[in-house]
Amino acid sequence: MPADFYYGIEVVLNGLMAGVMYALVALGFVLIFKASGIFNFAQGVMALFAALTLVGIMEGQVPFAHLINATFGTEIHHFGWHVPALLAILLTVGVMVIFAWAVQRFLFRHLVGQEPIILFMATIGLAYFLEGVGDLMWGSNIKTLALGLPQGGARWIEDATAGLGGDDFYGFFIDKLDLVATLVAIVLVAGLIAFSQYTKHGRAMRAVADDHQAALSVGISLNFIWILVWSLAGFVALVAGVMWGAKSGVQFSLSLIALKALPVLMLGGFTSIPGAIVGGLIIGVGEKLFEFLVGPMVGGATENWFAYVLALLFLVFRPQGLFGEKIIERV
Amino acid sequence: MLYREAGDYKTSYEADSQTFPIAFDRYRYWFVLAVAFLVLPFLVNDYVVNALLLPFLIYSIAAIGLNILTGYTGQVSLGTGGFMAVGAYACYKLMTAFPDVNILIHVLLAGGITAIVGTLFGLPSLRIKGFYLAVATLAAQFFLVWLFNKVAWFYNYSASGQISAPERFVFGVAVTGPNTPAWASYLVCLVFVTFCALIARNLTRGALGRQWMAIRDMDIAAEIIGVNPLKAKLTAFAVSSFFVGISGALFFAVYLGAVEVGEAFGINKSFLVLFMIIIGGLGSIFGAFAGAAFLVTLPVFLKLIGVDLLGWPTDLVAHLQLVVVGLLIMFFLVKEPHGLAQLWRVAKEKLRLWPFPH
Amino acid sequence: MKMKTLTTLALTSALVAGSAAADLVIPDLSYRTGPYAAGGTPFSDGYQDYFNLLNARDGGIGGETVRVVECETGYNTERGVECYESTKGEGALIYQPLSTGITYQLIPKTTADEIPLHTMGYGRTSAAAGEVFPWVFNYPANYWDAASVMVNYLLEQNDGSLEGKNIALLFHNSAYGKEPIRTLEELAEEHGFTFTQIAVDHPGQEQKSQWLQIRRERPDYVLMWGWGVMNQVAIQEAANVGFPMENFIGNWWAGAEHDVTPAGAASDGYLSLNMNRIDTSLPVFGQIDSMVHEAGNAAGDGSNIGSVLYTRGMYAAMLAAEAIAKAQEIHGVADVTPAMVRDGMEALEITNARMEELGMAQIGPEFSVSCENHGGSGLGIVQQWNAADAEWVALTDYISPQDALIDGLIAEDSTAFAAENNITPGCL
Repeated sequence: MPADFYYGIEVVLNGLMAGVMYALVALGFVLIFKASGIFNFAQGVMALFAALTLVGIMEGQVPFAHLINATFGTEIHHFGWHVPALLAILLTVGVMVIFAWAVQRFLFRHLVGQEPIILFMATIGLAYFLEGVGDLMWGSNIKTLALGLPQGGARWIEDATAGLGGDDFYGFFIDKLDLVATLVAIVLVAGLIAFSQYTKHGRAMRAVADDHQAALSVGISLNFIWILVWSLAGFVALVAGVMWGAKSGVQFSLSLIALKALPVLMLGGFTSIPGAIVGGLIIGVGEKLFEFLVGPMVGGATENWFAYVLALLFLVFRPQGLFGEKIIERV
Repeated sequence: MLYREAGDYKTSYEADSQTFPIAFDRYRYWFVLAVAFLVLPFLVNDYVVNALLLPFLIYSIAAIGLNILTGYTGQVSLGTGGFMAVGAYACYKLMTAFPDVNILIHVLLAGGITAIVGTLFGLPSLRIKGFYLAVATLAAQFFLVWLFNKVAWFYNYSASGQISAPERFVFGVAVTGPNTPAWASYLVCLVFVTFCALIARNLTRGALGRQWMAIRDMDIAAEIIGVNPLKAKLTAFAVSSFFVGISGALFFAVYLGAVEVGEAFGINKSFLVLFMIIIGGLGSIFGAFAGAAFLVTLPVFLKLIGVDLLGWPTDLVAHLQLVVVGLLIMFFLVKEPHGLAQLWRVAKEKLRLWPFPH
Repeated sequence: MKMKTLTTLALTSALVAGSAAADLVIPDLSYRTGPYAAGGTPFSDGYQDYFNLLNARDGGIGGETVRVVECETGYNTERGVECYESTKGEGALIYQPLSTGITYQLIPKTTADEIPLHTMGYGRTSAAAGEVFPWVFNYPANYWDAASVMVNYLLEQNDGSLEGKNIALLFHNSAYGKEPIRTLEELAEEHGFTFTQIAVDHPGQEQKSQWLQIRRERPDYVLMWGWGVMNQVAIQEAANVGFPMENFIGNWWAGAEHDVTPAGAASDGYLSLNMNRIDTSLPVFGQIDSMVHEAGNAAGDGSNIGSVLYTRGMYAAMLAAEAIAKAQEIHGVADVTPAMVRDGMEALEITNARMEELGMAQIGPEFSVSCENHGGSGLGIVQQWNAADAEWVALTDYISPQDALIDGLIAEDSTAFAAENNITPGCL
């Protein structure tokens, strides 16, 4: 077998892993869209904000230090303690829950029943706001996530497969971080599915997703469910932020990962959790393979647009995405 | 008091269907035009033109274009940045290939070329709807930017891949290039804005506009009453792209003078123009202006207050600016979900009755 | 209605912007927000702190106090234009935008307004041709020099021959990233190495494909033209695929502390170019600490002092201050105009003795500027990251580029620019 064939397989494997990373971001969008019909533009910024908060708490940074120092002429930066990772994660989740409550209380409660595009616009305002607050609270320098996540190629896979494709093949490269991300994604999705299938609040969540009015009439508190959903989305954002931030450090560009999730959503359907995963995998493999096979002929860097073109091709045949709810139109 | 319409009687259908049926509105419209054309050019300086007026006018054209597609026809598009890039590059290629032809003609032609490209990318809209379409238009955005970055022919094989506008004249006055007087670039953009707004206004209240709005309100119903969705959607894409192309050409040739496609026409531009029309008000020409003014002037205004008046550090001001813009957007949406145009309409209704509302 | 509010607004702003004072006004188009804030902040801190030091220590330059006007661009071209327009009215003497996009904007504008533009090691390379770009300066070195310095370094490592080697360029797919391609193509032909181009699209958070390609093709060396998040991810991915760090060379915008620290220990041994030396023990830093920071006049929180980009910002400020001093000397007035500063820049001469006197011995190479050459000497050093001690260590002394080749390329590009824009080359 020629080495190129095995390299093709390697590209596919890595594409699958990249797809999982995209799906992690896409999950947050799906949760919120499904439950409330809001296309949450702020999901990427939420990932940034969550990761910033996590690092900030771990390092014992003083929130708003720059603002306080500039206003009062003080020189405070750190509390001088380090918070253990697990506690910091819990605290960050707490912050995201408070954020979810605030979003619900001050923004979406006033926008019940508005058109989707208005809700979308509101999340844009939210994105601006959160971006500014994140910068003000934690500063805009690059932060290193010290969670001790494994990084680097998995040597044992490389060694085990090195002989396959002759001398020109160096064995499959798989990033350990990607393996961890895959595990996390599996646990996360399993957890979400178990939650929504087998718990009271999960069932209530599905009821709300199905029909707001009907859910209200059987005594489900829409308000509570929405806070719950936004909290869950905040948690998913934290996971995505941590996984992506482990690679690049926690910095502004983290908010741009949302753009990687859009084709995934479009392909998988805005309303389906399995769709986000499958969509992620298809996009990941598709864009990596295209870059591998066609990229060299057209000068490379094709991934950004090809993901969208691929999703577009799928949409032409299934306008609601692979797993989206069938769009039924009545006149 | 301010708003007098008593005695404003119509005696013909023409009079009743004119753009500004209320006399006061009409006077105000002529007054704004007169100030914009006859007074402002003598007052403006480089700062006002380059930092406020040019971006405001050019974004207004783009917002009018997108508003036709999104506000009037209901097709959400996030490809605006890509289409502006088409306009800019078309204009650049035309300017360098035919240096003797008037720049104004090049700008119009650039709009025409963009219309063709836009129609092509509008084809999927016949199958895909709503947010799915919005994301699908991102394919156009990313592909076009990549294309202009990759194919050296578009930037005349220059070493860096940037395009810069050569100097061109209208009536012997430079309108592109660094030696352009502020008033000249302002007037060129103003002419195009007026032209585009007039066309847009008259298209949207004519037969075509009614077809668009029928598609927006419910496309199946529209089809049943005899609107051809293929024609309506594609004309909307064409007209919208024409305006967006003009704004892209002006953005490159008159405003910036040199652009790099990824930076100037990236995805952020698409979002920015969409924000403008939503904040301004969907389906309203005035909304396009209001939204553009809001998003262009607000950051500058906040910066002036924060840095120049209060003397805060610039980075704090920049962060606070994001917070304030975000809060204002949310506040406006909570108070008036239909945008600044609706606020304006409500204010007008109140003024008509003021000071005796009962 | 809205027109009127707009006008009022515009007029207020014009009034605010028009309040000029009789100092030496140095605008600082910084970016402390947005995707490139991590790079923009230390540079701006260094740039401003040095001028503040001059005010505190020497009472300004030639007896005139310096007023730094900071304007936040967020690396955004349109905000850059706004900043330019709002600061030029105050009598700005020299611009240093630290952004390729804004530089291309300002080249025609500053030329028309006759204000000198200093793009230190970025921007348009062919602006080194002073006869075509009289108002633009890019000393001490430019991108084509950088590419050539890198190749010369590799030649040195390989006993003078790169025959049969494979060198890949990992670049940000933008005007900035594409700059070195021409030069490297020429050099590949001359030295017989294979040159591979690998593009990374903005922002560059996902580089798996690129690094799998590098892993497959095993180039001997990878050069990088990156900025922002692309650098951190590239270094992390290089470590992941096991690419030897000492064969991975970033240019001078891909070699700051924040580029390597997120990858932790894995980044040990990473190489990058630098146009100035890193030495935290320079006396000038002590002075900045005591006279600027303790006095509460610092631009930042002080955490950046001595870092790569801080030092470079300070170096840029030093070059600007020296040019102003030169202008004062030439024209015999303290309150110089932008046109005079341009003359000062063109007559600038940086010597070791002068740098020593300023408390920053050996910070940069010796060079002099002339009307024909606005590009300086083009020297660069190669530095290596030591992750254990968290510091950059200079590996080499200043390496010269291949001047004959670069000069030819600059002449070619600038002539084309002159022809396209009807410029008759000549000294002012």
